[in-house]
Amino acid sequence: MRPGLTSIQEAERLECREFVEREIMPRAAGFDYEQRMPNDLIQKLAARGYLGSHISVESGGGGKDIVTYGLINEELGRGCSSVRSLLTVHDMVCHAIARWGRKDQKASLLPKLARGQILAAFALSEPNVGSDARQVETTAVRLGDSYILNGEKTWISFGQIADLFLVFAQCEGQPAAFLIEKNSTGLSLEPLTDLLGLRASMLAKLFLKDCSVPLENLVGKVGFGFSHVAASALDQGRYSVAWGCVGIAKACLEACIDYTNQRQQFGSLLREHQLIRRMITDMVTNFQAARVLCLSAGHLKEAGEPSASVQTQMAKYFASKAAMRAAHDAVQIHGANGCSSEYPVARYYRDAKLMEIIEGSNEIQQLTIAEHVYHGF
Amino acid sequence: MGTTELKIKEFLVRYFRNHDLKEDEDIFALGFVNSLMAMQLVVFVEKEFGITIEDEDLDFDNFRSIRAISNLIERKRSTVTI
Repeated sequence: MRPGLTSIQEAERLECREFVEREIMPRAAGFDYEQRMPNDLIQKLAARGYLGSHISVESGGGGKDIVTYGLINEELGRGCSSVRSLLTVHDMVCHAIARWGRKDQKASLLPKLARGQILAAFALSEPNVGSDARQVETTAVRLGDSYILNGEKTWISFGQIADLFLVFAQCEGQPAAFLIEKNSTGLSLEPLTDLLGLRASMLAKLFLKDCSVPLENLVGKVGFGFSHVAASALDQGRYSVAWGCVGIAKACLEACIDYTNQRQQFGSLLREHQLIRRMITDMVTNFQAARVLCLSAGHLKEAGEPSASVQTQMAKYFASKAAMRAAHDAVQIHGANGCSSEYPVARYYRDAKLMEIIEGSNEIQQLTIAEHVYHGF
Repeated sequence: MGTTELKIKEFLVRYFRNHDLKEDEDIFALGFVNSLMAMQLVVFVEKEFGITIEDEDLDFDNFRSIRAISNLIERKRSTVTI
């Protein structure tokens, strides 16, 4: 059993691993090629309780502890980063509602989200707004019993198929978060395709044109949309992505072990070549270190420690770099074969690059982590 | 300051180095509050004082100073007791 895990957590991980090997790994290249996530897989994820799994049982979720949640993300990330991305964005919205939603929002939405009856997407980024997320240009104006939203959102993972969006806007000059249903008047979508990685994440642009949202769809309070609603959702998302990166690094390592055990050059297996061994050593060491950081973040979250958010940022920062480095070396080890779709490492490479950008770029993580250091590490 | 206020001050002063934070001083006006700190403050208050900050507690005046945070904790605790 892995150190730091209970027997139940390890059993959950192995159960998820078996599911990933049976249901996801044989199909992942196809998801990537077709740039879509099949509904039957989403239903299977929901049936196994992988959507909203960390939401409490009382709120209609799976009630899994946060470490187990991380392990599920690791195993899904090992199989397909787009599938892991589905959990990430869906659970970010679940988390935001569970943490800052009103009682009626929790009661009406969380059970449906946890059962996969509705899918959710997180809509923060805009054409002119990425890392400087406080400066969103989408506006919300109160008009009678509604808010009227205008603006454009982009890079919205699973925006093509989501039933519910958590949208961030400036309301009376202050950040605010709103729940908007797919069929709302004034909301339209445009699919985004041919991305470098996460190609099955079914991204979309959202256009809000005089989109009317009932007052009761506000999450939290006006003024707290970024500092509390978005920040806690992004913290959850980073945790998910960090574990997903551990999964990518593991997948790279496994692919390279298989390949170097079979491929011969200069009369001996690749595994016998010292420069290959150096890359394998770095890969396994970084993978283990990333996993330890993720586990540490999980234990701090479980304990309700204020430092958990910074630990999560460190885990995401390190794990995304580890995944990128592992994927880089995995392609190098595979040579020309690594550049083809015949082997999965090219997909790992393309997906890993995005991990250094999403849920806060690595440069933003560096700034925040350093800030923490100077505030009494 | 009472025990609650001192604990809050001990947490906050990490973010306000070289500044002797007073009980009624407006922490937003000092300009050091960012989203990470805001989130850590919520987690700290919940863990340290055994309460849950909910959506209806999201009011800047509840987090504006050491005294305001202490008052929020006191109100939440009295609600739980009742």
